[in-house]
Amino acid sequence: MSELLELDNVAARYGPISALHGVSLHVGEGEIVALLGANGAGKTTTLRAVSRTVRTSGDIRYEGKSIVRRAPDALAKLGIAHVPEGRGLFAELSVWENLRMGAYVRGERRTIKQEAPRVFGYFPWLERRGHQQAGTLSGGEQQMLALARALVSRPRLLLLDEPSLGLAPTVVQELFAVVRRLNEEEGLTVLVVEQNANLALESSARAYVLEVGNVAIEGSSEELRRHEGVRRSYLGY
Amino acid sequence: MLAFTWPEFFQQITSGLASGAIYASLALALVLIYRATDVINFAQGEMATFTTYIAWMLMQHGLPYWPAFVLTLVIAFAGGFAIERVVIRPVENRPEIVIVIVTIGMLIAINGLTGWIWGSEVKAFDSPFPNRTVDVAGVAISLQDVGTFCVCLATVLVLWLFFRFTTLGLAMRAAAVNPGASRLLGVRVGWMLAIGWGLAAALGAVAGMMAAPTTFLDPNMMLVILIYAFAAAVLGGIDSPVGAVVGGLTLGVLVNLLGRYVAFVGEELRLPTALAILLTVLVIRPQGLFGHAVVRRV
Repeated sequence: MSELLELDNVAARYGPISALHGVSLHVGEGEIVALLGANGAGKTTTLRAVSRTVRTSGDIRYEGKSIVRRAPDALAKLGIAHVPEGRGLFAELSVWENLRMGAYVRGERRTIKQEAPRVFGYFPWLERRGHQQAGTLSGGEQQMLALARALVSRPRLLLLDEPSLGLAPTVVQELFAVVRRLNEEEGLTVLVVEQNANLALESSARAYVLEVGNVAIEGSSEELRRHEGVRRSYLGY
Repeated sequence: MLAFTWPEFFQQITSGLASGAIYASLALALVLIYRATDVINFAQGEMATFTTYIAWMLMQHGLPYWPAFVLTLVIAFAGGFAIERVVIRPVENRPEIVIVIVTIGMLIAINGLTGWIWGSEVKAFDSPFPNRTVDVAGVAISLQDVGTFCVCLATVLVLWLFFRFTTLGLAMRAAAVNPGASRLLGVRVGWMLAIGWGLAAALGAVAGMMAAPTTFLDPNMMLVILIYAFAAAVLGGIDSPVGAVVGGLTLGVLVNLLGRYVAFVGEELRLPTALAILLTVLVIRPQGLFGHAVVRRV
C-alpha cells in the first residue's frame, strides 16, 4: 500500500506551550486511521499540522511531496478536506450555501451541480433543508452538514476532528456508517480523531494512541482493542 | 414657522429620502468593512471625499460625467483594495483598538492629502441630473433628488445581487463569517477582505459624487455625512447590510422632518438630532433594528 500522508518527527507549539514533540505517523491510500488519546494529547494539533493551520517543525508529506511550506487554502486544492474541531460551519449562511462553499475550490458552479446528487445520496434530508440557516440545525445535523460539505470537494484525504463530540449515540453510529461507506465505495482515505475509542477502533484499520504530544502506542485496530493499556485507559474494561 | 401643507410634507419626505440614500450608501460601506475587518472605518468619509476629487479632476480634463463616474468607481475600488493590503493587513491580527487608531490616522492623512493636492477652497461639482422639479399630484419633486436616490439604490441593488448570486460574493460572506473555516475550504481570505475594502471604497465614492453637487466640493465635505452614516449604521445594526440601508433612509427622512416641523430643532440642531438617535439606539437596543445581538454562553 502506498502512503498518502506521512508525518515525520512533527513538533508544534502554541506560544510557550509545546503541543507535539516529534510525532511520526503514516496513512496509506484508502485506509481509515484513528487517532486516540486523552484531552490535550495533541490529536487536534496533529490534524492542524496537516492542514497547515499551526506552525510545525519536522516534515509532512502528502502524495510523497512535502507540504510544510503550503498555505492552508492551497491544501484544499490538493484534495485535503479538514472538518475541524467545532465543525467550522457558516452559521449565518444556509445549508445550501454551506454546501456550495465546499465546491468553491474546484469551481463552484460546475462542481456543486455534479456533486450535490452524490452527497444527497448519503444525507437525503439535506436536500429538503437547503434553505435553513446552518446555525439552526441540531448538533448532529450540523456535523453531517460539515461532513457533506467536505465531500462536495471530492477529497482524497479527509481529516475528521471528533465527529462524535456532544452527539447522541445513534447519530454517531450513523455518521461513522457513512464514513465507512465512503471508504469502501469511494476509496476515501480518512484520518479521524476520536475520544470514543470503541467506535474509532471498530471503524478503522489502524490506530495511533497519543499521550502528551507523543505517539505512545500504534498498531492495527484489532491489536489495539486487545492491548492491555489501551483497554484500561481508553476502552474502560 | 410656515403653515403645514401636505404637498410640502411629501416634498420634505422625498428630499429626506435623497439625502437618506447617500447616508445609506456610506453606512453600507461602513457595514461592509465592519463585517470584513470587525472595526468601524473612520476614514470612510475621507476616502469618499478623495475619490470625489478624482471624479472632479477627470471631468476637468474633459471626461463626460458618466465615464468619469465609472472610472472613479474603478479607481476607488483599487484604492480601497490597496489600503487593505498595505495599511490594514500588517495590523489585522492586532487588537481592534489598534486597527481603529490606524483608520483614524488614515482619516487625518487622507484629509491632509486632499487639501494638499487640490487646495481647501470650495469647488462646484457638476450634477448629471437637471436642476428642476416635476409636479406629481401637487408635490414638487426635485429631479436632483430622484436621480440621487436612484443611483444610490441601484448601487446597493447591484451589490446585493453580487453578494447573493455570485460565487465570489458567497466566498466573501463566508470569509467574513468564519475566516478559519473558509481557509480550509480553499478561500484566500486576505483577498476577500481586500475586495471588501475595495467595494466599500467604491460605495463611498458613489455617496461622495452624489453629495457633492449640493454640499460642494471641499476637503471636509463628508465629515457631517459620515456622522449621519454612523448613526444610520448603528440604527440599522452595525453588522446588517439591510439595516444600513433602512437606517440611512429612515434617518434622512426623520432628520428632514424634525428640522422642518419641530421648531426648536430647525436647521442648526439636525446633526445633534442624529447623534441623539445614535445614543438612544446604543442605550436601548445596541444591536440596532436588524443586527444580531451577541449571545455568549459562559
